[in-house]
Amino acid sequence: MKSKPKIGVFKFASCDGCQLSLLDCEDELVALAGAVDIAFFPEMSSNMRKGPYDIGLVEGSVTTHHDASRIHEIRKQCRTLVAIGACSTAGGIQALRNWHDSKQWVAQVYAHPEYIQTLGMSTPISDHVPIDFELRGCPVSKHQLLELVSATLAGRRPNIPTYSVCMECKRKGNVCVAVAQNLACLGPATQAGCGAICPSFGRGCYGCFGPAETPNTVILADQLLREGRAQETVVRDFRSFNAWAWPNRQASERKGAV
Amino acid sequence: MNACLPDIRSAVRIDCQGLGSLIAAIRRRGYQVIGPHLQDGAISYGPIQEIEDLPIGWTAEQGPAFYRLQRRSDSAMFQYAAGPKSLKDFIHPSEIRLFSAVREEGAFRILPNSDPAPRYAFLGVRACELAAAGIQDRVLLEGRYSDPIYRARRGNSIIIAVQCSAPSEVCFCTSMGTGPRAEAGFDLALTELIGPGSHEFVVEVGTQLGAELLSEIEFSDASPDLRNQAQAATQAAAASIQRRLDTNGLREVLRDNFDHPHWDDVAQRCLACGNCTQVCPTCFCVNVEDSTDVAGQTAERWRRWDSCYSLAFTYIHGGSVRVSTKSRYRQWLTHKLSYWHDQFASSGCVGCGRCIAWCPAGIDLTQEVAAIRAATNQTEGTK
Repeated sequence: MKSKPKIGVFKFASCDGCQLSLLDCEDELVALAGAVDIAFFPEMSSNMRKGPYDIGLVEGSVTTHHDASRIHEIRKQCRTLVAIGACSTAGGIQALRNWHDSKQWVAQVYAHPEYIQTLGMSTPISDHVPIDFELRGCPVSKHQLLELVSATLAGRRPNIPTYSVCMECKRKGNVCVAVAQNLACLGPATQAGCGAICPSFGRGCYGCFGPAETPNTVILADQLLREGRAQETVVRDFRSFNAWAWPNRQASERKGAV
Repeated sequence: MNACLPDIRSAVRIDCQGLGSLIAAIRRRGYQVIGPHLQDGAISYGPIQEIEDLPIGWTAEQGPAFYRLQRRSDSAMFQYAAGPKSLKDFIHPSEIRLFSAVREEGAFRILPNSDPAPRYAFLGVRACELAAAGIQDRVLLEGRYSDPIYRARRGNSIIIAVQCSAPSEVCFCTSMGTGPRAEAGFDLALTELIGPGSHEFVVEVGTQLGAELLSEIEFSDASPDLRNQAQAATQAAAASIQRRLDTNGLREVLRDNFDHPHWDDVAQRCLACGNCTQVCPTCFCVNVEDSTDVAGQTAERWRRWDSCYSLAFTYIHGGSVRVSTKSRYRQWLTHKLSYWHDQFASSGCVGCGRCIAWCPAGIDLTQEVAAIRAATNQTEGTK
C-alpha cells in the first residue's frame, strides 16, 4: 500500500486561527488523520518529525529576519507548499505597519525596544518563495481546507472559486445588503469562500477573503464615497486583514488618501 | 363553496378572505406556496402559509443600485414591482447535487439524487416573470436536450399571476413587449383593486386547474365595471413606465459594434461581480463540480449557478478567454440582446430591471445600449 502523504503545518506571524480551523474539522478529523500523516504540527502535537513533507501548510506572514530565512528552508522541505489565511497570502492585519514607522511603534510599546528585532514590513509568503496554492480567509474556511487536502490526495484540482462573494451570496438567496440597506459591503470585490457569512447576518462583507480574481476595488471605493461615506471610513474598509493585497492598496491609497 | 366551475378565459371576483381560502386550497393539494414576503429589507419570494405572510401595506422604491421598502397608506398586498428573486430561484435551483458515488470493491456505484421535485405554487408572478419563464422553457426544455431538474419543477408548478399595477423606476417591460399585462401562461391571474372601503380581486381563469381551485372557494361574478377597473389598472401601469430600451435593430447594432469604445467606458464602472447574471430571471448558466471526501470513499457532483463574469467561465487549456472586464460585460449584454435571437429566437431580456436595481455599481443597460446606439448613429451620420 502507498504510504500516506506526510503533512507539515508551519506558523509565522499570525494568531493561530487558521491552524485552529484545521483542528476544528471535528467530524472529518479522524478521516483526515487516517488519510494523511501529520508529521509536523506543533499546535497539535509535540511529536514533531523532520521533513521532507508532501504537503506544507504555512500560516502567517514574514515579519522577522529569522522568518525570512526559515521560509526558504521550509520551501525546500515541501513538495507542495500552500499558504493558508490572510496573513500568509496578503501580510495580514499586521501589514498595517507597512504604512508606518514600526521602530517608533516598538519604542512606544516595549519597555526594552532593544530586545525586539523586526522587519519594517509584514509581507506574504509569496513575496519570499514560490507557492503552489493559496487558501484565503481570516481565518480560512475549514471546508476549503478539507477540499484542498481531499483534492490533493485524489490528484484533482481543488474546487476553490476565485469569483466574488456576491456569487455565493445570491446562491444562498440573500437580499443584497448594499442595495437594499445601503451597507458598505466589499463583497463585489472580495473572493468567495466564506459562504457570504456576513451578508447572511445582515452585515456588509469585511473582505476577509481578500481581493477576488479581477477585482475593481477602486470603483468600489468610488461607489462607497459617492454614497456619502467619509474618505477615512472607506480607507479603513480596505485596510483590514488583506490591507497589503495590491488591489486593496490601490483602493486605500487612491486620490491622496493616507 | 361554489358548485359551478368557472369557464376558462372567464373572470370572477374574490375578496381578501377568498384569497386566503385560495392559498389554503392550494396548500391542501400538497403544494408549497411561494409568494411575496418581507425578507431583509425587500419584498422577495418565499414560503407563504397564510395571507398574513404577504407584504401587507408595503411597497418598494427602486433605482440603479437602489432598493428601499416603503410603507403604503393602505393594506395592499401586491402593489410593488419585481423583487430580487424570480421563479428561477426555485425551478432552476442555485445549487443542487446531481448524484453521489461510493467506492465499492475496486469500482464505484452511482447513487442518483432521488429527492422528489418540490411542488411549488407561485403567487404574485408578474407578466415579465412569466415571459422569463417562457424563455427559460425554450432554453432548458425545448432544445435537443431537456433538463430533467427544471422539467420536473416547472411541470409540477401552479402559477397564480398578479397583474402589475405598480411598476418601478427600473421597469421597461413595455419596451420588451412582455408586460405589464399577463395574457397567458398562468392558472389564475389576479388584479388587486383597492378603493375606499373595498379590497378585492378580479381573477382571470387561465386553465382547468385554475378553475378547479376557484371552485373550492367563495367567488362571485365580476361586474363589467370591475373588469374595466382591472383593465384600467394595467393600462395605467403601462402608461407610467418611463424607462425605454429601443429594440429597433438592436440585434444588429450590438452585433456590429464589438469594438465600440463605449465597452471600455462600461468596464471603468463594472465590478465584474456577477450580480446582474444572478438576479436575471433568464440567465441560466451553471457549472458542474465534482468533489471527493478525504478518505476517497465517496464523491459528489454538484451543479451551481455560474456567471459569464467569472474568469473560470471561459477557462480552457491555456487560460481564460475573456480576461478583461470589458469582454465579460460585452459578452453578457450582447448575448442577452443580440445573440440570444440567433440561439433561441427571441431576446433574452424581459425588461424587469433587476440587473439595474441589483447592480452594486448601478450600471443601467438601457443607458449603455443608448450610448452605443447614439455613437453609432453619429458615426453613420458623418459618413
